[in-house]
Amino acid sequence: MELKKTANRRIGSRTLQFASPVAIKAWATVAGRKENEGKLTGQYDYVFEENRLGQKSWERAEQRLQQSALELALEKAGLSFHHLSYYMGGDLLNQIVATSYTARMTDVPYIGLYGACSSLAEGMIVGGCMLDGGYGERVAVCTSSHHDAAEQQLRYPTEMGVQRTLSAQWTVTGSGAYILEPGRGEWSILQAIPGKIVDRGISNSSDMGSAMAAAAIDTISCWIEDTELLDDVDYIVTGDLGKIGYEICKKQLIQRGYAVDGKYFDCGMEIYHAEQQDVHAGGSGCGCSAVVLGAGFLPQMKADVENRKRGKTTCRLLYVGTGALLSPVTVQQGESIPGIAHGVLIEYSPTDLQEV
Amino acid sequence: MGRQDERLEEELALLREEHAHLVSQRVLAEGTSEQEHYDRLLQKNEIQCARIQEQLNQDYQQSAKVVMPKPPIVRNVWHAFLVGGMICTAGQIVILLMQELYGMDFRSASGIASVTVVIVTAILTGIGVYDEIGRFGGAGSMVPISGFSNSIVSAALEWKASGMIYGIGAKIFTIAGPVILYGTMASVFLGLVYYLLQ
Repeated sequence: MELKKTANRRIGSRTLQFASPVAIKAWATVAGRKENEGKLTGQYDYVFEENRLGQKSWERAEQRLQQSALELALEKAGLSFHHLSYYMGGDLLNQIVATSYTARMTDVPYIGLYGACSSLAEGMIVGGCMLDGGYGERVAVCTSSHHDAAEQQLRYPTEMGVQRTLSAQWTVTGSGAYILEPGRGEWSILQAIPGKIVDRGISNSSDMGSAMAAAAIDTISCWIEDTELLDDVDYIVTGDLGKIGYEICKKQLIQRGYAVDGKYFDCGMEIYHAEQQDVHAGGSGCGCSAVVLGAGFLPQMKADVENRKRGKTTCRLLYVGTGALLSPVTVQQGESIPGIAHGVLIEYSPTDLQEV
Repeated sequence: MGRQDERLEEELALLREEHAHLVSQRVLAEGTSEQEHYDRLLQKNEIQCARIQEQLNQDYQQSAKVVMPKPPIVRNVWHAFLVGGMICTAGQIVILLMQELYGMDFRSASGIASVTVVIVTAILTGIGVYDEIGRFGGAGSMVPISGFSNSIVSAALEWKASGMIYGIGAKIFTIAGPVILYGTMASVFLGLVYYLLQ
């Protein structure tokens, strides 16, 4: 491989253009029973019927979720742990233990990430850069969240009878693992846009959608300005803004003059049936966008192309992972919630159409 | 509104750059007569920054408020009345039974009723039913003594994996603790008032 210039790998103020695309070789999603009763019934690779997964603590249960996702993804790609150059990921437990304990068993170099629910996008950016830079052959990016583990850590004991506020979101029990390789694949990452912290003074920890929406608006606007590719993209998908954050984000993007109507979706709203399943504003957590992307949007992109929807031979999706970077302690101290949103541009193009 | 926000953000970025510059100037001027001058400028810069940040926050929160759903108060109050009323009725039945069957006086009978509600709630919490009742009943299931029992048992269950001392021992009163502390303090205070009035 010849050396590439580094100067032209950035577009505009902060969009990264990978010199060669980074393929999403394979992925796997695992989820809990409640998730499987939602909008994506039967599309997960594996469903755990029981919340504890036979473990003695919620933390162990979440670790098992993540391990299962990783193992399934590797299995699908026909690989095993030693084929990985790096393992990357994050979760919502203190000191991201679910990821670290999973990494302990893989015996490959491990880069732990914390971007709250944006960790998957963050991992795709870091992993993409490593591969594009030629520093490895294969990266696994994996994130997870577990409803009960998150409740225990951030809110109330799981068996406590509390009524949740309408702006609250339901942490997804699930995990998604993505195997990245250099070069073009059916699904490839073309661009990445690292987010900035945006804090608009929202301090209500049961309204994280509003807190994160500000960051999502910033990142999406910046990407549109940088690349002027808004008309070329078929989907813009935010991680877990939920109903309220989604409304705010959509409204402000339209106010700024970007025609996102009809192509803007949110993973938090695409996972549960909000009314029947009593999840209020929608899903959230590191696992939310990880499973919705893998079980919902990525296969959808392929289906769109195969059905010649929009008459195109490729389908592009801007995935914007959103995170609320708060801690339970700072929330109790009345601090506001810093929001972040990392974006990656994913393209689907069928292998038979690709030039070699 | 979006455009105005962008202008404010640019202004804020400039002020922050100026702040960094002023800090370095202030370090150089340490101990000289200029020091106070830079202190004043820094203070002014920080006030300006805070004002712009506040403006940005207000604009954003205003637009967030518009889409915020309103809680169904009438339905919530009705549910709370139903569940709270049922718990209290159950307690009252126990009191009457104790009085009729065992000839207890009201004070002893109401003690038995409280203990019964606490035990039943503890069992319902353990088998994973009470959180569903709480989700439906809201304050109706929180305010009676059953809510107290639920908060203790659920905390104990949750932290069991962390051991008897640092898990259950340390965390069992995380939710009920404030109630116990301020409840005791309030009763001491009221007792004092009662004593002084007599």
